[in-house]
Amino acid sequence: MSITLNHISKSYKNVQALNDISFNVKAGELFGLIGPDGAGKTTLFRILTTLLTADSGSATVSNFDVVKDYKKIRNSVGYMPGKFSLYQDLTVEENLNFFATIFGTTIKENYDLIKDIYVQIEPFKNRRAGKLSGGMKQKLALCCALIHKPEVLFLDEPTTGVDPVSRKEFWDMLKRLQQTGITILVSTPYMDEAALCDRIAFIQNGSILEIDSPQEIVKHFSKTLYNIRAHNMYQLMESLSHYKHTFSAYPFGEYVHYSDNRMDMNPNELHMYLVSKGLNEIIIEVTQPTIEDTFMALAK
Amino acid sequence: MENVIEAIGLTKSFGAFTAVNAISFHVQKGEIFGFLGANGAGKTTAIKMLIGIANPTSGAAKVAGFDVFTEAESIKRNIGYMSQKFALYDDLTVKENITFFGGIYGLTRAAIKTKTQALIDELNLENVANHLVGSLPLGWKQKISFSVALLHNPKIVFLDEPTGGVDPITRRQFWEMIYKAAHQGTTIFVTTHYMDEAEYCDRVSIMVNGKIEALDTPKNLKKTYKAENMNDVFLKLARG
Repeated sequence: MSITLNHISKSYKNVQALNDISFNVKAGELFGLIGPDGAGKTTLFRILTTLLTADSGSATVSNFDVVKDYKKIRNSVGYMPGKFSLYQDLTVEENLNFFATIFGTTIKENYDLIKDIYVQIEPFKNRRAGKLSGGMKQKLALCCALIHKPEVLFLDEPTTGVDPVSRKEFWDMLKRLQQTGITILVSTPYMDEAALCDRIAFIQNGSILEIDSPQEIVKHFSKTLYNIRAHNMYQLMESLSHYKHTFSAYPFGEYVHYSDNRMDMNPNELHMYLVSKGLNEIIIEVTQPTIEDTFMALAK
Repeated sequence: MENVIEAIGLTKSFGAFTAVNAISFHVQKGEIFGFLGANGAGKTTAIKMLIGIANPTSGAAKVAGFDVFTEAESIKRNIGYMSQKFALYDDLTVKENITFFGGIYGLTRAAIKTKTQALIDELNLENVANHLVGSLPLGWKQKISFSVALLHNPKIVFLDEPTGGVDPITRRQFWEMIYKAAHQGTTIFVTTHYMDEAEYCDRVSIMVNGKIEALDTPKNLKKTYKAENMNDVFLKLARG
């Protein structure tokens, strides 16, 4: 096991940030921590990277205890915090050199590992980090987290606020890094990124809701899910929110994902209700739940 | 139909770099207009010109009936704006924030009082009305922020990545608020990196390297680019 957590809890003044968290991450696994802002993801990262101690429970990273062996962990992991934390007034190259030196290595020694990423920011290597665009900062931060060839990589919301194209490129990079044998623990609020992980843990209000592979986790959605569409989305949502049999109705792109609070529902009955509300061009069809549907059902 | 935004050849250059390159478009009253683009495509610069805080280099634009060159102050008074960085004061309570922004927008004391109560009722904030805003979850803050941007009944409200990092359920509740405001006639100008949210817009523009590369309804964009969803449209366009 690359990461183990046993009954980890952590409270701040009057907030329970983590509540009895236990799970393991296997060596070489790409493991996703999926949950909204305030779920406890950053606290978990800070405990595993030895920057914060838990109130109770134990945890190991690369078989080192997060409390007793904290110095060894710091040498063997890479950490990219959610907030940009490099030196804004050092250039791209200076930042990278700085982190290489701190870890007793050189850029040259581990260049292979960062090459794919670094070539994209190399044209700006003399630019100060504070003057880079969001996407560039993110790539530099990843390079700095990788420069000492860590065994485990911690990425705290690396793609929040990043556009879909850059997000895709970032995940392609993660997949390539995984091929080199690095274990990756990554957190994200984007449910579509969850599908790209080997396993995911849903986390909310400091508790784990479910852990499984992306393929299996959707099986925890127990109801039949319908795609519903009509000529007017606002009117459709209004009508569904007042329908007495609605269990859940959430907009999903051009459809509303609907589930019913009865065991056996008749779509025709719902169709007639919607017609009576003045909707037309109505489509009601069964659809497969996505990871996001499953999260919302578990979080409700 | 009344246009709330009319932009013709709107351009902004910084030295040799053209951040926004002659964009032309219009937004109708009550429309939900999605303003998409990759990081660095020029969205924020374009928005800054439209809300009257950056002078265009050339071109013309009217927002809420006012000229961006000569009537920037009137624009600021007649629009709502919610930035991607949370814009309320963390160390004021919910009520104090509403009162403060009501005052900024020149509402009377009586109007502020009525609006405050209406807002607290609508968002179910009764229990936290006297809590510091800093202690609330991000999703709540964003909902309050949106309501505050609507306090003075602006014709149009600009939302810059309002749902970034917000949980999936709250994100949808936020969109229900957007739909409701649009339904009541407020024009919505919104940026987002969630492509499912792009589908909720009446029309969507996609900016690439300072230019508007595509502008249409989500349905037509998907057809034009032979894409299954807006994410595919975006991936096809955004890197040229």
